[in-house]
Order: sequence, then C-alpha cells, then structure tokens
Amino acid sequence: MRRWLWPLGIFLVLAVFLGVGLTLNPREVPSPLIGKPAPQFELPLLHDAGKTFTQKDLLGKVWMLNVWASWCAACRDEHPVLVDLAKSGVVPIYGLNYKDKRPDGVAWLKRFGDPYVLSAYDEKGRVGIDYGVYGVPETYVIDKQGVIRYKHIGVVTPRDVKEKILPLIAKLNENT
Amino acid sequence: MKIRKHWILLIFLFYAWGAAQAVHAAQDAALERRVQQLSAELRCLVCQNQSLADSNADLALDLKNQVREQIEQGASDRQVIAFMTERYGDFVLYRPPLKATTLLLWFGPVLLFAGGLIALFMRLRRRAQTLAAPVLSAEERARAAALLGEPATRREPKLP
Repeated sequence: MRRWLWPLGIFLVLAVFLGVGLTLNPREVPSPLIGKPAPQFELPLLHDAGKTFTQKDLLGKVWMLNVWASWCAACRDEHPVLVDLAKSGVVPIYGLNYKDKRPDGVAWLKRFGDPYVLSAYDEKGRVGIDYGVYGVPETYVIDKQGVIRYKHIGVVTPRDVKEKILPLIAKLNENT
Repeated sequence: MKIRKHWILLIFLFYAWGAAQAVHAAQDAALERRVQQLSAELRCLVCQNQSLADSNADLALDLKNQVREQIEQGASDRQVIAFMTERYGDFVLYRPPLKATTLLLWFGPVLLFAGGLIALFMRLRRRAQTLAAPVLSAEERARAAALLGEPATRREPKLP
C-alpha cells in the first residue's frame, strides 16, 4: 500500500507545482517601480522638438504613460483600444515614443489616429531604461502624487481596460 | 645638423604617441573586461535565457552601453547592479539575492539532496537488517532437512 503511495504523492506535488508554473507568464516581469515615484525626465515633444515635456507637469493628475514606437507591431494591435480610451476622456494618455525616427512616429500617428495628449520623444531610449521598459508597448498608470501605481507589459486589451485600468483610475481619482 | 635634430624629435614624438595609444588600449581592454563580466551576470529581458553579454537584442546593447558608461564614470560593480535592479527588479540578476522569498530557491536543492541521502541511508539500513536476519529458523531447517532427506547437521548455505 505505502509502496505506491509515495510515488503518487511525489507526482501530485510535482503536478501542482508545474501546473501553477504553467499559469505564470515569464514575459511579465514584476516591476520594482510600482509604488515608487515615476522616474524624472524631460524630453522634447515628438511633434515639436522645441518644446519639452516632463513628468512633473502632471503632478496632481491621474494619467497614463504609454510607451510606443512605429516599428512596434504589437503597438498597432493595442492602438484602437487606446484611441477609444482617449475618446472616453476618462484619463489623459501621454505617449513615450521609444527609439523611433521622428518622421516615422509622426506619420504613424497620422495614419492610425493620435490618442495622446502629447508624445515625448525618447530617441535614445534612455528614459525607457529609467522606466524599466523592455518590451514595447508598455503602459503605466501614475497617480496624483506622481507615483507609479500600475504597469502593464504588452498589449492593453479592452478587457484589461475594463477590469484593471478603469477601476484603478476611478479609485485613484477618488482620493485627493 | 639641425634637420637631424628635428628628425630625432619627430621619431621621439612618434614613439611617445604610440605609447600613449597603448596605454589607452590597455585601459579599454580592462574596461571591456569589466563590462563583459558584469553583463554576463545580468539577464537580457528581451531574450530571457541569455545574459546581456550574450545577447544582441537592441535593449541588451543599450543596457551594455549603460554599464560601460557607468563604469567609465567610476561606478562600482555594486552600483551598476543596483542601477539595473532598481529598474528591472531582481529578475535581471542571474544570481538572485538571498531573501525570504528566495530561501526555497537557494536551499531547496540542499534540502532535496539531504532528503535523498536520508532516504538512501534508511533503505540501506533496512536492507542490511533483512539480510542479517537468519533466513531459516532452526526448526525450519530441521524440517527442510527432513524433507530433503539430508542430515540436519549440514551447514546453512552462505548467502551471496
């Protein structure tokens, strides 16, 4: 009796561990930046190199920072979702154009629509590194105190918006 | 005479310049070695089973440049590692730090090994006990001898 109970027990434990492992996504690396102030930056705008944007401009507002690039195929999948979200006016979306060519980025927005209040132009990807960007698109929700509350890696789906982003933004807008 | 002096000076300068170049190259080699060593410890986040040193992904090149820049500015290895973990978390480290959440990771293999040793030891002991026990009691031996029609005095065969 006990002879075959042992291997069965070991099998079950292994199966549980591996089963849990299967549900995890190794691409989603938990960001150490959540709960920390958004890293400082000051970048020229994509559309107007003469003007700059810094994350400090948005203190006191709940906002979203979306990292995108014209060379990023997944950004196109995500784009309509952002356009819809921007239209709803629930939250201002700011873009971080990551390691792109200026004309390409501008043309891309012209073609697919521009959901962004503005896009900052991170030509060298330095600000991206400060934000721990490793796979575009990535999206951050930043609260009124300038603290990163949420990071989404990869394409934001309508479901993510409905189940994660909107409730979080409602909650963040409540506390002053 | 004067021309020759100029020549000597020129040759001297040439060698001095060469020496300066050599020093520069040596420094660069040392720097490159440190960059290599450090980036071999850091995981490339795009291709997760490669280190920064092995990877040619765009981000890996950018991060390697970051490492190089910081070393040039006099950052210690520890500072560079801290820079990376602040942004990308412990996941970038191929050598995870010892923490409450990584205890199982660090000591799990040791525990498994110890468990295996204990199991092996117990099994060997049980086996030795069963082997040491007499295979037949005196009574059984007498019966077996009677059945086989042999004298009971015959010695018990040695076990292999």
